[in-house]
Amino acid sequence: MEAFTTHTGRAVPLRRSNVDTDQIIPAHWLKKVTRDGFEDGLFEAWRKDPEFVLNKPQYKGATVLVAGPDFGTGSSREHAVWALQNYGFKAVISSRFADIFRGNSLKNGLLTVVLPQETVDRLQKLVEADPAAEVTVDLVDRQVRAEGISADFELDENARWRLLEGLDDISLTLREEPSIVAYEANRPSFKPRTIEV
Amino acid sequence: MGRTLAEKVWDDHVVRRAEGEPDLLFIDLHLLHEVTSPQAFDGLRKAGRQVRRTDLTIATEDHNTPTLDIDKPIADPVSRTQLETLRKNCAEFGVRLHPLGDVEQGVVHVVGPQLGLTQPGTTVVCGDSHTSTHGAFGALAFGIGTSQVEHVLATQTLPLAPFRTMAITVDGELPEGVTAKDLILAIIAKIGTGGGQGYVIEYRGPAIEKLSMEARMTICNMSIEAGARAGMIAPDQTTFDYLQGRDHAPKGADWDAAVEYWKTLRTDDDAVFDAEVHIDAASLAPFVTWGTNPGQGAPLSASVPDPASYEDASERHAAEKALEYMGLTAGQPLREITVDTVFVGSCTNGRIEDLRSAASILQGRKVADGVRMLIVPGSVRVSLEAVAEGLDKVFTEAGAEWRHAGCSMCLGMNPDQLAPGERSASTSNRNFEGRQGKGGRTHLVSPQVAAATAVLGHLASPADLSDVATPAGV
Repeated sequence: MEAFTTHTGRAVPLRRSNVDTDQIIPAHWLKKVTRDGFEDGLFEAWRKDPEFVLNKPQYKGATVLVAGPDFGTGSSREHAVWALQNYGFKAVISSRFADIFRGNSLKNGLLTVVLPQETVDRLQKLVEADPAAEVTVDLVDRQVRAEGISADFELDENARWRLLEGLDDISLTLREEPSIVAYEANRPSFKPRTIEV
Repeated sequence: MGRTLAEKVWDDHVVRRAEGEPDLLFIDLHLLHEVTSPQAFDGLRKAGRQVRRTDLTIATEDHNTPTLDIDKPIADPVSRTQLETLRKNCAEFGVRLHPLGDVEQGVVHVVGPQLGLTQPGTTVVCGDSHTSTHGAFGALAFGIGTSQVEHVLATQTLPLAPFRTMAITVDGELPEGVTAKDLILAIIAKIGTGGGQGYVIEYRGPAIEKLSMEARMTICNMSIEAGARAGMIAPDQTTFDYLQGRDHAPKGADWDAAVEYWKTLRTDDDAVFDAEVHIDAASLAPFVTWGTNPGQGAPLSASVPDPASYEDASERHAAEKALEYMGLTAGQPLREITVDTVFVGSCTNGRIEDLRSAASILQGRKVADGVRMLIVPGSVRVSLEAVAEGLDKVFTEAGAEWRHAGCSMCLGMNPDQLAPGERSASTSNRNFEGRQGKGGRTHLVSPQVAAATAVLGHLASPADLSDVATPAGV
């Protein structure tokens, strides 16, 4: 995973609540067997509308998504995270993310930042008024900064460390091999097995 | 202080606990399907890793599979490639697979329980958010992303952040004609699609204890629609009776030891939940959704709400968008909404009990002109059971289509889809924009409401059928 320390870029305001992962990437895109090439599927249905915010030329090349509450609800598809990253987003800001989406994003180095709705509103107003305004998402200082706005955010220390270092979860867990073996040795015999080995 | 059911199951699976780090949890059962696994297997291959516990892993094909002509090659080459990729991966890594055409094939969340693999006190994961279904057995079961699928394949563990606990206590008794689906839709409407966020929900109380395993699965299945990490119901005699004798249920002395352990899986009297919600079962009625998220629902007797009635600006905006997408107007009685498609199936309502209840309503009646009704059993086993009971005949004689097992019209990944502008009454779990096909409009309903709606052509409950003539002797 690519490390995330700090990122500065232009931002897109997405004024919708409850943006589910079916909207982020529709199911027919999920037939692919790779992690790339999802950028054209991102918000596919809405992008058919020329008035949709991502289609406006002034937001082309933006890398921070400032979304409404309850972003990423529904299906567990990690493709939603890949689609946002493939399109070019480095960070998503919302007042509330669905759990699975949040977990998926942090495992892929897409920083999901939780800020109070009032701060999200201010950021949206700022980038609506000035699409060229830059937003900085600073994981080192756990702070989002933009003109006239400076907001601290929370992220648990372990998740932050993994992101800052770009660490691969599986390698970290494999260091715990002795604990896993010890646990396995004590599992009751009545636990289900799918095959005899 | 006592512990909740969820805390007990969690504690029994901690492989490693360290200050400031997520607990590392052992995973008892890993379910796989074709959509969220290819990139995970690819990751293993690139890192030169194996599947650590093939004996705790099982795969089936469900999302992409057609429900007609299953003996012919799959028409969509991209779907076919995804299924073939799963087959190759399972063969290469030694994972048990039930492919299309196999007698154990079906929707992954129907297959696990019917094989007896889903057991109380286990941890169950799958790259699918509706893994919460398995919580009906008192398992801690949750959906994961593809990175986590790879993690479980490689290590049989997951590092997991702590959760909060929520009790949803359903007092009293569900009125006649009110089902588990109506109950869970009413719960989601009450607490909202983000109401369960960060929580493992335990459903409890007299109305829950009376439910069958199938009904409990319907409830836990849709926990994710309230934003919860998982949903659980304490195992009891109903659970044990369902499991006993199933292929992978414990046998002999193991059965006795298992039941003894399972009986300890109850929330202690002095345990404290982080949040509590109370529902009076007697106050409930058949419930349907009118909007584009599962929290936008109302009793069938109500009307489409006026967005202006919402105080919260974001809810008001969401309601406006939903009515526009759904082609509905505020104040329109829900019963007057006509549909062109009715879908009975999915991991929410594709089990034998669901098919029986839909059949009991369709018996001797006809699907309304201009309405297409699809009946899709959740698994091949469910299909065989339904055929043995003659349910398939009831459906086809009523004019419904009897299909092969799969996810079907729950999501737009296989040929069963709504056309733009088409409207369905669906026993599935999500009414998101385009979920059942681009431009399709979905009303979530129970199997009973689905069947009554199919007969009348508009959203309806079985009670509305009293004045529809039925042939003598039925």
